[in-house]
Amino acid sequence: MSLPILSLCTFVPLLGALAILVVPKAQSARWIALGTTVVVFALSLLIWANFDNSNPGFQLVEKLDWLGGGISYHMGVDGISMLFVVLTAGLMPFCILASWESIETRVAEYMVAFLVLETMMIGVFCALDLVLFYVLFEGGLIPMFLIIGVWGGKRRVYASFKFFLYTFIGSVLMLLAIMSMYWYTGTTDIVALLENPNFPPHMQTWLWLAFFASFAVKMPMWPVHTWLPDAHVEAPTAGSVILAGILLKMGGYGFLCFSLPMFPSATEMFAPLVFSMSLIAIIYTSLVALAQEDMKKLIAYSSVAHMGFVTMGIFTVNHQGIEGGIFQMLSHGVVSGALFLCVGVVYDRIHTREIAAYGGLVNRMPLYAAFFMVFTLANVGMPGTSGFIGEFLTMLGAFLHNSWLAIFSATGVILSAAYALFLYRRIIFGALVKPSLKTIQDLTPREIALLAPLVIITIGLGIYPKPVFDVTTPAVAKLINDNKTALAMDKAGGKVAIVQKEAAQ
Amino acid sequence: MYAAIVFLPLLGSVIAGLFGRVIGARASELVTTGLLFVSAALSVVAFTQVALGGGETQIIPILSWIHSGSFVADWMVRVDTITAVMLVVVTGVSSLVHLYSFGYMADDPHRARFFSYLSLFTFAMLMLVTANNFLQLFFGWEGVGLASYLLIGFWHTRPSANAAAMKAFIVNRVGDFGFALGIFGIWAVFGTLDFDEVFAAAPSMVGRTFEFAGFYPDILTTLCLLLFVGAMGKSAQLGLHTWLPDAMEGPTPVSALIHAATMVTAGVFLVCRCSPMFQLAPTALAFVTIVGATTAFFAATVGLFQNDIKRVIAYSTCSQLGYMFAAAGVMAYNAAMFHLFTHAFFKALLFLGAGSVIHAMHHEQEMRKMGGLYKAIPFTWAMMLIGNLALTGVGIPLLHIGFAGFYSKDAIINSAFAAHSGVGSYAFTLLLLAAGMTSFYAWRQFLMTFHGPYRGDAHVDHGHQPADDHAHDEPLENDHGHHHAPKLSEVHEAPLVMLVPLGILALGALFAGAGFFHAFLGEGAHEFWRHSLVVVEGHEGHLPLWVEFGPLVVTAIGFLIAYYYYILHPEVAARMQAKQGLLYLFFYNKWYFDELYDFLFVRPARRFGRFLWKRGDGTVIDGLGPDGIAARVLDATRGAVRLQTGYVYHYALAMLLGVVGLATWFMISGGAP
Repeated sequence: MSLPILSLCTFVPLLGALAILVVPKAQSARWIALGTTVVVFALSLLIWANFDNSNPGFQLVEKLDWLGGGISYHMGVDGISMLFVVLTAGLMPFCILASWESIETRVAEYMVAFLVLETMMIGVFCALDLVLFYVLFEGGLIPMFLIIGVWGGKRRVYASFKFFLYTFIGSVLMLLAIMSMYWYTGTTDIVALLENPNFPPHMQTWLWLAFFASFAVKMPMWPVHTWLPDAHVEAPTAGSVILAGILLKMGGYGFLCFSLPMFPSATEMFAPLVFSMSLIAIIYTSLVALAQEDMKKLIAYSSVAHMGFVTMGIFTVNHQGIEGGIFQMLSHGVVSGALFLCVGVVYDRIHTREIAAYGGLVNRMPLYAAFFMVFTLANVGMPGTSGFIGEFLTMLGAFLHNSWLAIFSATGVILSAAYALFLYRRIIFGALVKPSLKTIQDLTPREIALLAPLVIITIGLGIYPKPVFDVTTPAVAKLINDNKTALAMDKAGGKVAIVQKEAAQ
Repeated sequence: MYAAIVFLPLLGSVIAGLFGRVIGARASELVTTGLLFVSAALSVVAFTQVALGGGETQIIPILSWIHSGSFVADWMVRVDTITAVMLVVVTGVSSLVHLYSFGYMADDPHRARFFSYLSLFTFAMLMLVTANNFLQLFFGWEGVGLASYLLIGFWHTRPSANAAAMKAFIVNRVGDFGFALGIFGIWAVFGTLDFDEVFAAAPSMVGRTFEFAGFYPDILTTLCLLLFVGAMGKSAQLGLHTWLPDAMEGPTPVSALIHAATMVTAGVFLVCRCSPMFQLAPTALAFVTIVGATTAFFAATVGLFQNDIKRVIAYSTCSQLGYMFAAAGVMAYNAAMFHLFTHAFFKALLFLGAGSVIHAMHHEQEMRKMGGLYKAIPFTWAMMLIGNLALTGVGIPLLHIGFAGFYSKDAIINSAFAAHSGVGSYAFTLLLLAAGMTSFYAWRQFLMTFHGPYRGDAHVDHGHQPADDHAHDEPLENDHGHHHAPKLSEVHEAPLVMLVPLGILALGALFAGAGFFHAFLGEGAHEFWRHSLVVVEGHEGHLPLWVEFGPLVVTAIGFLIAYYYYILHPEVAARMQAKQGLLYLFFYNKWYFDELYDFLFVRPARRFGRFLWKRGDGTVIDGLGPDGIAARVLDATRGAVRLQTGYVYHYALAMLLGVVGLATWFMISGGAP
C-alpha cells in the first residue's frame, strides 16, 4: 500500500489543531488553520485524482487492527463518499476565511474546534467500520456543539441544547442498532456487511428504524427538523456553513451507506413513510419559510425542504433518484454554504439577521447583490446552476416511482421561488432608506475571494456536471444492484440465509 | 456559424455584465448591440439557407450535460425551419431594441446592466429556440423567465416594479410545474428527451394509457396538456395571464422585446415544435383551442377600457397570443407561426412607438393626459398608424392585399371556421368578436393619443374611476416616477436612434405578411416547413363570402365606434365610463382575476405558513419535544447560574463520556459477540 492518503486527509487537521494549541495566539491560529485546511483540500483533490472512476467498489483502502474482535481501523472511499470528502475539505478553508474577522474571542479554541470537526467529518465519510463510523459520527457533534454554544448568538444555549437533545436520542438508537448488528454477525466491518447483508426481515425493521432515527434527525427530516433553524440562527456564520454544508449530508450518506444496501426489505417497506415525510418537508417547510422574519431561519427552512428532495430521491431506489439525491446534497452543500456566507457578510456589518432591517442594499452593494442573486437562483433550482440538476433528477426518479411524488414535490419548486425571491426582494431591492444602511460598504476583497469560487462551482456544475456523474454513476449502479440482489435474497427466504450462516459457523 | 448566433449575445452579456463598470456604459452598449447585429445577420443567413434554401436540419453538439443512468440530455444547437423563423424574429427584434435603447435609456445610470440583461435574455431565448431536446428547451424557458424577472424589476427602487417582477417569476413557475411534469412524463414514456426520437415514437403511443396520479389517462393527451400548462404560463393565457400586464413596469424596450415579440411567444413555439405530438392528441388540441380563443376574447374585453398606453398593448398581446393558440388548436400550426412572425414586427413596432410617445411626453403613460400629439410627433404618429393597421388586420379579402396582420389573423379566423367542429365554431365566434374589439381598443388608443384636444395640462379626475382598494385605476407609475405631463409645445420627436428601429419594424408590419404568406401558409408551405412542423392541408378551402369579409367588417365597426366615442362625442364616452356599468367595471378590473388569486392563494399561503411555523413547529413539535424537556431543565436551573458557556461544556463533556464509554465497552467485550 502506498501513501495512506485517506488517513492523512483525516488527521492532518488534528495536527493543525495541535499546532494551534502550541502557539495559541489569535493571528497565528488563523493562519495555521487556513494553511491546514488548504493542505487538506489539496490532499482531497489528490484523492480525487487517484480515484478510479471505473471501479465501483471501495478504493484507497487502509485497514489496521484496532479494538480487536473484528473491529478494525478500516478506511476507504467509493464514488459516493469520495465526493463528500472533497466537499468537506473544500468548504473548510471558506469557513476559516469567513471567521477571519468576525470571530474575535477565543480564536485559537475556535480554530481548534473547526479542525477537530474537519477530522471527524472526513473520517465519517471514509470510515468502513461501524464503530469507527459511529465514534466519528457522534464525535463530530461535540465541536459543532461547542461552536454553537460558545461562539453563538444570544440564544445559543437553548439552540445547542436542542441540537444536543435531538441528535443524542438519535445516536443512542443507532448505537443499539450497531451493537445488535455486531451480535448478530460478529463483525462491524462495513465492507463485509455490504457483501453479505442478510439480516432477517423483522430484524431489518428494527435496525432500519434505529438508523433512521439518527439519520432523519441529521438530515433533518420533518418532524424532527426544528433544531435546525435554531441551531443555524445561533451558530456563527462558519458554523452554519458546516452545519448546512456537511453535517446535514451525513444523514443522506447514512441512508445510502446503510439503509439501502443492508436493510433492503425494510427500505422497501418504509419507503412510503419516507416519501410522506419528504413531501411534507418540502411543502410544509417551504410554507414556513415564506413566513420567516429572520434571514438565517428562512435559509434553514429552505434547507429542510431541499433535503426533502434528497430523501425522496434516495428512497426511489432508481438511478436518477439516487444520483439526483447525491448531486442535490453536493450542490446544496455549496449553495446553502454560500447563502449563509452571504448572510454573514451583512451580519458582520449591521449585526442583525432580521429581514426587515434591510432593504435596498443593491444601491450600495451591487457586487453583493449580484453574488446573492446567483446563489438565490441556485437555491430555487434555476437551470444552469447546480441546484437544478439535483432537483430535476430527484423529481424525475420520483416520477418513475410514483407520479404523485413528482406532482407534490414540484409544488415545492413553486414555493421555493416564492420564498427565495421574497427574501431577495426585501433585502436587496427597493429604496435604501434605513439610516443604518446609509454607509454600508460593498464586498471586501476577502469576501470576494470567498464567494467568487463558489459562484464558479455553482454555475460550472450546473452547466457541466459530468465530472461528478463520472464518479457517482458506477457507485450508484452498484448500490442499486446490491439493494436489488439483497432484496431478492430476502424474498427468496431469509431463513435459508440464516441456516447457511449458522452452518458456516 | 449557427452556434455563433446563440453565443455571441451571451458573450456580449458577460462583457457588459462583468466589465460594464470598467469599460463604461457606452462601450457596453456598443459591444452588446454590435454582437447582436452580427448575430442577426447570421440569423438571416441561416434563414435563407435552412428555411428558404431547403437546407438540411443542422444539429451541432456543444457540450455534454446531464448523463444519469439511461437519462441523457446534452447541449446542442438545432436549426431547422421553425428555429430559423424564430432566430430571425428574436435576433431581429432584439438588435433593433438594443439600438432603440441607446436613446430610450440614455439618462439611466445603469445602462451597462440593462444591456447585459437584454443580451442575456436574447441568449436564453436563442437557447430555447435552438434546443434539440426538452431539457435544453426548459433551460432556455427558465432563462428567459429569469431575464424577464430581472428586466421587469430593472428599476429596483420601485416597489411596484419589484412586485411585478416577482409575480412574473412565480406565476411562470406555476406553468413550469406542468411543463416539468410533462418532461418527466415524456422521459418515463419514451425514454428520451430528444425531439426527433420522441416525435418518431409518438405515433406508437396513440390510444395507450399510463398510470398518472392514480388514473390511467391517455398518454399523449396527458403529456400534451402538461406541456400546454407550461405554454399557458409563458404565453400569458387565461388563468396564468395575470403577470403580463404588471410586467409593463419594466422599461418599454423590454416590453417590446420580451413581453410582445419574443418571450411570450415561446409557448406558441413549444406547441408548434411539438405539433407531431399534439397532432395525435385531439382532446388536448381542443383544450388548446378553447383556452386560446377564450383568452383572445377575454384580453380584448379588458383592453377596451384601459387608460395606460402600455397596458392596452399588453392586453392586446395577451389577446393575440390567444389567436395563435387557437390556430394551433385547429391544427393550423403554420398559421400560428405566421401570426407569431408578423405579430413580432407590428407589436414591437407598437410598443416602441408607445415608448416614443412616452419619451416625448416626459415619461407620461396616461392616455387621458394625451391627445392631439400627431402634430408634435408626426413620425411616431405614422409608425403607430402602420402598427395599428397591421394589428387590426386591414386588407382587402378577395384581392389578398393588406397589412401584415391581415394575412395571419384572417388565416387564423378562417382556419377556425374551416375546422367545422364544435370547438372550431366556438373559436371562430370568439375570435371574430375579439377582432372587432381589437379594432376598437387599438383605434381608441390611437385616437386618444394622437387626436382630439391635448389634455396634458388638464386635471384627470380619478374620482370617476371605480373605487377599489388596490388602486388599479391609477396609471402605472411611469418610467421615472414623476407625473408631470409636459406642455404640448415641449412634446418632441425622439432622436434618430430610436426612430430608425421604428422605421425598420414598420417595413415588417407593412410587408412581412405579403412577402412570406406563400412560404408560411400558401403553396410553398410543405417545402418551407418540411419536418419541423406538421402542415395540415385544407384550411384555406372555399369559404363563404361572409366569412372572408367578416373580419374586415367587424374591424370597420370597431373603428367607427371608437371614432364616434373618442372623436365625435368624447363627452358621451366620459359619461358612460362615469356611470360604471357592471360590465364596464368587470372588464376594467380585468375580470377580478388578481383579487381572486390574492384571496385564494397569495394571502392564505403566507397565513398558512405562519400557522405551520408558530403552531406546527412551535406548539406541537417543539412543545411536545425539546421545549417540554428544555423548559423543565431551565426551570430547575434558572437563577442558579448565569446562562453562560459553562452549560455547554457540561453537555459536551457528557457526549464525550458517552463516546469514550462506548469505545471502552467495545474494547472490553470485543472478542465475544
